[in-house]
Amino acid sequence: MDISNKEYTEMVKKASPPSRKGMNALKAFLSGGLICAIGQALGGLYRALGAQEEDADMLVTLTLIVLTAVLTALGIFDRIAKHAGAGTFVPVTGFANAVVSPAMEFASEGRVLGTAAQMFRIAGPVLVYGCALSAAYGFFYWLFR
Amino acid sequence: MAKRIGTGTILLTRPPVILGAAVVGTSKEAQGPLAKELTYVFTDATAGAKTWEQAESVLHGEAVRRALDAASLRPEQVDLHLGGDLLNQCMATTFGVRALHMPLAGVYGACSTMALTLALAGVLTDSGAVRVAAASTSSHFCAAEKQFRMPLEYGGQRPPTSQWTATAAGAAVIGTEGSGPRIEAVYFGRIEDCGVTDSANMGAAMAPAACETIAGFLRDTQTQPQDYDMILTGDLGVVGTRLLLELLRSQHGLSVERVHADCGLMLYDLQSQDVHAGASGCGCSAAVVCGYILRRLREKRLRRVLFAGTGALLSGVSPLQGESVPGIAHAVLLTDGEGRR
Repeated sequence: MDISNKEYTEMVKKASPPSRKGMNALKAFLSGGLICAIGQALGGLYRALGAQEEDADMLVTLTLIVLTAVLTALGIFDRIAKHAGAGTFVPVTGFANAVVSPAMEFASEGRVLGTAAQMFRIAGPVLVYGCALSAAYGFFYWLFR
Repeated sequence: MAKRIGTGTILLTRPPVILGAAVVGTSKEAQGPLAKELTYVFTDATAGAKTWEQAESVLHGEAVRRALDAASLRPEQVDLHLGGDLLNQCMATTFGVRALHMPLAGVYGACSTMALTLALAGVLTDSGAVRVAAASTSSHFCAAEKQFRMPLEYGGQRPPTSQWTATAAGAAVIGTEGSGPRIEAVYFGRIEDCGVTDSANMGAAMAPAACETIAGFLRDTQTQPQDYDMILTGDLGVVGTRLLLELLRSQHGLSVERVHADCGLMLYDLQSQDVHAGASGCGCSAAVVCGYILRRLREKRLRRVLFAGTGALLSGVSPLQGESVPGIAHAVLLTDGEGRR
């Protein structure tokens, strides 16, 4: 074929419809904001019920995780996320979904080599680099304090 | 005996007959424009199986059984079954036809598998090595997502260039005697890789291969696009089709718009079925060819169809290792069997 990869890449770019970035950003902003608002409301509720400040925050995170896990298991979460995009991906909901969905998917390969082994195939990198960075942060904090 | 001409076209001098064919799909495919072409529809994507891989096997086996029924043949009468699918080690084929106990040659051509198995079956039948051959392939949306992309319940967004893997299987039974549509010529394509690294844009990765195969076949046979009722590509979708038409025009001076169709644009309703750039997967072209096309050839509503099945030869790991997506296209010339060449 008498066409360079560079020329073809240009052709492909022209022929491919772009993602609707503006609409996606707006939807992500609104849905992400809504999840945070729900978090705030839950925090208020837990404090009103007598929870300590720190406990209330922890309870909010836990509630969102459980809620996501249930919605993922019911096959509802991905339908919301299809529209919400980064709105559901960035908050803790995205992390919970990334753990629950492979755990469900690979259950057909058994509880050990399926569910347990594959559970962190998407969220694993977040844990690995999250832990590594927090260790590094801790080290520099100790060094320059 | 087969006769090789030009750069790669093989004319089958005793063109094999397609004795029977069948298409199996699920309710998603039955909601599309080709609903009437499905031989059997599973209302549930699990097809009554416990896993997605088993579900695809059920679809695959069902398509082969029904194609044999359509040809009024028993599995013992098949000299060779050529089958393949997208799953690792062609799992759906093996487990789908295990019980039929036919001589099996597993074939991998990604989404070009229907064209590839038809082409191989055609050549082997024409040569006399095989009296009756079966050609089959399948794909399953959920099994393909699990193997190549993300878990089904993962909340992600699909880019507009992405295509929807068909949950379908198609099979055809090819023989030497009888009446029906015939395989008159085949063309085994070469790998074309124009450096597309976006595995969510398969149409773009496969368009150059489709272009070279179609142009090569037309050049070898000294024919023009208007000599065909249809030049059908496998699963280029919206983006790949655009690129194919542009490449054929700019690289070979060929204008195929008036006779071109793409299986990826035929299986689903692009507006209402949320499939973005169209359908893909082995089952896509299998469903269109084994259903829609072969029926129209039998009814003489189509007489000559050049079917170029397209495949993206990537693996689950190759994009992660920075490799581009190699494309391939194999072609078969299907006719109504009236012997016009």
